[in-house]
Amino acid sequence: MKEKRSVGSTLLTVLFTIFSIVWLIPIFEVLINSFKNNGAVNTDPFALPNAESFMGLGNYIKGMTFGNYPFLNSVFYSVIITVLSTALILLCTSMAAWYIVRVDSAFSKFMYMLCAFSMIVPFQMVMFTLSSTADKLKLNTPWTIPIIYLGFGAGLAVFMFTGFIKGIPLEIEEAAAIDGCGALTTYFRVVFPMLKSILISVGVLEVMWLWNDYLLPYLVLDRTKYMTIPIHVQYLKGSYGTVDLGATMAVIMISIIPVIIVYLFCQKYIIKGVAAGAVKG
Amino acid sequence: MKKKKSLSKTAVNSRLISRPIRRCFPIFMLPTFIAFCIGFIWPFIQGMYLSFCKFTLPQDAQFVGFSNYIRAFSDAGFRHSFVYTAVFAVVSIVLINVLSFFIAYLLTQNIKGSNIFRTVFFMPNLIGGIVLGYIWSMIFDGILGRYGTYLLAKTEYGFWGLVILMCWQQIGYMMIVYIAGLQSVSEDMIEAAKIDGASKIQTLFRVIIPNVMSSITICVFLTLTNSFKLFDQNLALTGGMPVAVQADGSMINTTEMLALNIYKTFYANSNSRGVAQSKAVLFFILVAILALAQLKFTRNKEVQA
Repeated sequence: MKEKRSVGSTLLTVLFTIFSIVWLIPIFEVLINSFKNNGAVNTDPFALPNAESFMGLGNYIKGMTFGNYPFLNSVFYSVIITVLSTALILLCTSMAAWYIVRVDSAFSKFMYMLCAFSMIVPFQMVMFTLSSTADKLKLNTPWTIPIIYLGFGAGLAVFMFTGFIKGIPLEIEEAAAIDGCGALTTYFRVVFPMLKSILISVGVLEVMWLWNDYLLPYLVLDRTKYMTIPIHVQYLKGSYGTVDLGATMAVIMISIIPVIIVYLFCQKYIIKGVAAGAVKG
Repeated sequence: MKKKKSLSKTAVNSRLISRPIRRCFPIFMLPTFIAFCIGFIWPFIQGMYLSFCKFTLPQDAQFVGFSNYIRAFSDAGFRHSFVYTAVFAVVSIVLINVLSFFIAYLLTQNIKGSNIFRTVFFMPNLIGGIVLGYIWSMIFDGILGRYGTYLLAKTEYGFWGLVILMCWQQIGYMMIVYIAGLQSVSEDMIEAAKIDGASKIQTLFRVIIPNVMSSITICVFLTLTNSFKLFDQNLALTGGMPVAVQADGSMINTTEMLALNIYKTFYANSNSRGVAQSKAVLFFILVAILALAQLKFTRNKEVQA
């Protein structure tokens, strides 16, 4: 009986190994084609580079500059927007969530309901008015767009934080209050450290969303000055006919390599965050 | 019920805690509240109002009543995108959920290397929709090129292309949720079923699936809203192409989904922004109804723990 099971399990391992390799083919495809010249990508994207089509790092060098906008600028703004927005969302929404849970007022209930409601509203509903509001308030730079993200992304974050904070025993905070801590000290010295696991979960979800978000920054940012990676890729491919596929694949490769490296190092947190987010959402 | 509520209330706050927090309202609540007003509440209210107006910019809006809605309903492209989105949603919900549940089930059977496989399957989720669209359009064009055709040649290619793309992206995510659900099913229950003589299949359908109904709710809900809100992948893969000419001479983009149709109505032509906004309101109502109905429907089927 035991032996039979181990045979079955080995067979499954073999099957899954093959399946995993097949699963990764699209990523290998990008890698292979990022070393080939444009013509070769067009005629047969599945062929390995040969002496004639091999470009070395040529596509990567070209990808940095083609399309009249330096790719590294897009990378820079993507990093700035993702980091600033995630930090702002984590700090502000966790504080707001603590307020909502601990202060039993009509306003708290109202905010909570609105946050839950905002999660089912599709972006297209507010797309036009949001971008015109952002324009009017001069929030159209990478340094100020985190405020827009805090507003539009608050729903899920507040929802997840309130769910977690409800489970924290009140006695700890009461003890801090009796010892003379004010609200701010209690929050930053006592509550915030206890939120570590949920901060990571929410942070992971926000980073995955912000890094890949296309439409919101596309509509809000002043595109003559600022682009992000998704906007840049769309801009390169949007100009049909003249596009250099080899160089585009190099740009795509540069944009996914850091994400995959980060993922391989923090996958435990990422997978936990996804599971937690799905259950709460 | 009422008693229980008041009991839980005393557990989550007390005067001692709430009074000092309330005094710090400007620090704790105000930043999020202001950003929420700018980023959600005001745009939402203004969007509702503008759906009844003719405008190119919000400041020159003229009230026109329901005429935008009437024009939205009479737009063949919009109706087509609705049907197309609905069909796409049904196909992708079924495929993604069945496949990801199956993978999750096998990966929780104590097989060697399951952590590595989990890592691999989840990976496509990290890639953004725009980039995904271009990766797959290259691949599909490469495959179809061998048969002398290309991705944008036929509606069916674009449809199944998007289904494959979404499966590749989402199966890993749903698999993670299903694995979490499957791991919480108690071993004792499965053991008891085995002792009672249940086969593996019987155990799966009679014991395991009823106990992971909450994960199924979550995943169906997520895939449903994801397919209805789909935009980036649709834009990057086909952008709505190919175009079909209707009997009355008007043209529709046959692989255009709802979100993309609304986007194009807004920005391709500044004269139809009121119509676009009314389509967006209809879209919002549709997504909200689907989300609530689905949640209610599957909650009823959950096993009471």
